[in-house]
Amino acid sequence: MKQRDLIYAVVALLAIWHLAALVVNRPILPAPLTVAQVFVSEMYKGDLVGHFLVSLWRVLAGVAISVGTAAPLGVMLGQSKRLSSIFSPLIYLLYPIPKVVFVPVVLLFLGIGDLPKIVIIFLILFFQILVLVRDQAASLRPELLMSVSSLGAGRRALFRYVYLPASLPAILTALRQSVGTAVAVLYIAELFATQRGLGYYIYLSGSTLFDYPAMYAGVMTMSLLGLGLYFTVDWLEKRLCKWQFVS
Amino acid sequence: MIEVKNLNYAYNNGPPVFQNFNWTVAQGETWAVLGPSGCGKSTLLYLLAGLLFPGRGEVRIHGQILARPRPRTGLILQEYGLLPWGTVRQNIELGLRIRNFYGPDGKHAPLAHQQQDQPTPADVDDWLARLGLAKLADKYPDQLSGGQRQRTAIARTLVLRPDLLLMDEPFSSLDAPTRESLQNLTLELCQEQRLTLVIVTHAIEEAACLGRKILLLSQPPNTTPPATTLDNPNAGQLGYRQTTEYFELCRSLRSQMEPP
Repeated sequence: MKQRDLIYAVVALLAIWHLAALVVNRPILPAPLTVAQVFVSEMYKGDLVGHFLVSLWRVLAGVAISVGTAAPLGVMLGQSKRLSSIFSPLIYLLYPIPKVVFVPVVLLFLGIGDLPKIVIIFLILFFQILVLVRDQAASLRPELLMSVSSLGAGRRALFRYVYLPASLPAILTALRQSVGTAVAVLYIAELFATQRGLGYYIYLSGSTLFDYPAMYAGVMTMSLLGLGLYFTVDWLEKRLCKWQFVS
Repeated sequence: MIEVKNLNYAYNNGPPVFQNFNWTVAQGETWAVLGPSGCGKSTLLYLLAGLLFPGRGEVRIHGQILARPRPRTGLILQEYGLLPWGTVRQNIELGLRIRNFYGPDGKHAPLAHQQQDQPTPADVDDWLARLGLAKLADKYPDQLSGGQRQRTAIARTLVLRPDLLLMDEPFSSLDAPTRESLQNLTLELCQEQRLTLVIVTHAIEEAACLGRKILLLSQPPNTTPPATTLDNPNAGQLGYRQTTEYFELCRSLRSQMEPP
């Protein structure tokens, strides 16, 4: 995709939004320029940056914990047919459950604060990463493992030089697929038992203060959060998995 | 150098592939192991590589029973042995990195005093140049031809200065001219580096032109006797492929391989 085409797309979306605001002509749909003004002033004068940072922290912590746990576990399951056959039924049952239904449960158990939000993001990403890394590790060719073993690699070196780099694309694909969902569920989680985070900010501006431009500024910030994460994963993939982009 | 004594091997309680099999390889010999698919020739190679272990009997290299891959044994497989995420250079460096990862522990890498001439990172450049890979150093395996990939695999193995080279059908997926040039290169390198070579192949011509000795395996279980060994002292000499001796050998091997 060319950068120029992306810019065109942004312009087109803003134009559609602007036209829609003109047609609707009610406070519940302010024009993009109005929202942009509020966005800037909320950034500088309000606490939009603070809310953004809290949400960002929650997502990043969830990503870090899920990658840190799911990737090694996925490699272990992918390496061992026995372990895999023990845990596969469990994963098979848990993987398709939409983790968002656990939001009330997690909130009940973990109460207020950052932890329940991070745990929810962790739950969403964990299974996605686990399954993709497991399948990736299991699909490594025995020829590759044998020839690296013949160079002297034991378990630790195989992990470092084969399994780890082989699972990187799987981790990044899992993140790309589920980071959007994670942000969406974060929004829901932030509606409850917190006074910080973009979800809270959007809800407060829209439903309590009836400050629609501020609400839209929050929506825009949350979209930027999702987009930013997506682009970061994209960038990491191009940097760390160069070999997948050559032909 | 290699002693295989009373070797018994079977996959997961299946029928035996080897039964009381004996075989000896002296240092500096070049052996071709020839046989039809499923005869156990690759199994034999993996047993020599320390990647499989006999049910009964023993495999010794330099008098030592194998318990793991030996640091000075090099193994080259038909395909897929290169890291797809590593460039040619990174793939060639891999063995050195693994050795640095463990240090000279005698298990994964030779003990410091066992190998005076330890390979160095500078050797990587030498091998890149020696095998004509210098210009491809930053390419990934997906960007290479089959022959270039196999050259990379050879460089990766030889940079570790092995004394024993094991090859499993290394050239069977290559086109004829590339195959021939790599066969010649292998012979040249074996002589130059004083390597003992065991190459497994199903191609009669390859066995006849590479192996100064040929081990002929048949449908399992392989036992000695009757597993046969043949001498082929002129293999590897210039123009050997055009001699009547070579054609005669190929014909005799073919008749021995065909089921009666």
